[in-house]
Amino acid sequence: MEKILEILHEIRPEFDFGESDNYIEDGLLDSFDIVSLISIIEETYNINIDGLDVIPENFATCSAIASLVEKYK
Amino acid sequence: MRNNLAKLFENTVNKYADKICVVDKDEQLTFSVLRERGRRIATYILQTKYGEKNKPIAVFLPKCKEVYEINIACIYSGNIFMNLDVKTPMARIHNIIDLIQPGLIVTNHQYIDIIQNENVGVDVVCIEELLNTELYPDDTLLMKRQKEMIDTDPLCIINTSGSTGTPKGVVLNHRSFFDFLDWSVETFGFDGSEKIGALSPVVFDIYDYEFCLMIAKGSTIVLLDNGLAMFPAKLLTYMQEQEINFIFWVPSIMVNIANMDLLSKISLNSLRTVWFAGEVFPTKQFNYWKKQLPQTVFANLYGPIEITLDCTYYIVDREFDDSEPLPIGYACENTDVLLLNEDDELCKDGEIGEICVRGTSLAMGYYNNPQKTDQAFVQNPLNKSYPELIYRTGDLAFVNGRKEIVFKGRKDSLIKHMGYRIELGEIEHVLIDSLGIVKYACVVYQYEKKAITLFYEKENSVTEVEIRKALAKVFPKYMIPTVYYCMEELPRNTNGKIDRLMLSKKVNEG
Repeated sequence: MEKILEILHEIRPEFDFGESDNYIEDGLLDSFDIVSLISIIEETYNINIDGLDVIPENFATCSAIASLVEKYK
Repeated sequence: MRNNLAKLFENTVNKYADKICVVDKDEQLTFSVLRERGRRIATYILQTKYGEKNKPIAVFLPKCKEVYEINIACIYSGNIFMNLDVKTPMARIHNIIDLIQPGLIVTNHQYIDIIQNENVGVDVVCIEELLNTELYPDDTLLMKRQKEMIDTDPLCIINTSGSTGTPKGVVLNHRSFFDFLDWSVETFGFDGSEKIGALSPVVFDIYDYEFCLMIAKGSTIVLLDNGLAMFPAKLLTYMQEQEINFIFWVPSIMVNIANMDLLSKISLNSLRTVWFAGEVFPTKQFNYWKKQLPQTVFANLYGPIEITLDCTYYIVDREFDDSEPLPIGYACENTDVLLLNEDDELCKDGEIGEICVRGTSLAMGYYNNPQKTDQAFVQNPLNKSYPELIYRTGDLAFVNGRKEIVFKGRKDSLIKHMGYRIELGEIEHVLIDSLGIVKYACVVYQYEKKAITLFYEKENSVTEVEIRKALAKVFPKYMIPTVYYCMEELPRNTNGKIDRLMLSKKVNEG
């Protein structure tokens, strides 16, 4: 979780990801950020995320991203 | 005579009155409804002080069916429509409004406060009010205005990044759209059966082309919600449901789809024609599309807004190695593309020169900006006998052994990023001069990672976050650098100028 927060902060240092309960609806991440996020996560955890899993539900919160990562680990 | 798009639209409505022209999520417009609403709004405009011929009218709305209604209205009322991006910071919107001075801004109840709080000094009206009033189309008034219009009257203004911090408003007329429509219809056989998967923001010229194709041929536009672009799997599923058969996209999103290998999982059987333009499509990812959709026609289009959409095209008709660039092909019919070398002479085959364009497709110029207009739209140096303008694109290209034009890059620091044209100098200008948060900065583009990269000299203790926050108040998000390097001192060349070339090499060659 903490590692993921760190990655998010790296992508958008100007936002406080702790404040939001839906990154997508709150506009914290755009399409460009999602692409960067996926590539950093894939590299960090040495996993390969299926494109079909790239849906809003899996990127809405830090815990959603963490469960997505867990699925592939 | 074909003097105005309203005429084409009237013919199309006669043919396809009950056909759907715009699909916006759960809502749909038919051609006859679009005509009715457009003419009601146009009647309002003509009955008020806003109906001065060829006066710009700004539209401040997210992409939705109402934008099409207002744009059609402007065609009927003889006004120039200028769509604005609601996601752009208000400071920039304010700059645009100050420069263009539209007669009216049309928005809706949701957005009116945002624009009114900005005090731009232009009247604002909500579309809800325009369509709620007991206003019926005034045939006499509408017909009178149509009779006054000629084909060089402007259709729209499209704003594009300018180095001084204020965008330039490119003025495009009806005739140049007829020209591009004629070419596209003849070359690709468009006949109204197109279901267009419309992904472009309303401020792109691609939006205008889709709009004009709908008007001219009776094609159907299916709006693809911008949120969908973030999640390509959802986007493709929706396109499959809607049986989209034509898309005209910028490559960024297509690259993501390829990298996620989604086309093997979600098949787009209906897709007949794929156009892409706006930036270079890396061949590796292009090859993925071509392999997954062997029956689809793919065309690489090239052109800056100033020549109305595109001036060259290449229909992919052979195999390409992943490392081989796709050519931009040949000039569109009724357009002449000249490659001029530094002595303003025509390049020989293989020689690199600047792409210059001659023809009906040329824009009228930049709105309220004669200086910039004169720099870019110049006398054809090959013609000494009579006035004839060409547009100098600033792009470099050469002709290969197959007589195809191949794109080679830029003369200056202009880039295409996610389909948007960005003058990197504008970002530097704003950082150094307008905001004054750094003294020396240089912005370069990292092509492979598609990252706008800022180098700046360490001074007081400004942080990356502070820079980002300051820029976010001025620029739309796509213009904000994503990679930051703070240096003790930026490299200088022998003239003492910041060595942009070296910094660019540093990020692009490692």
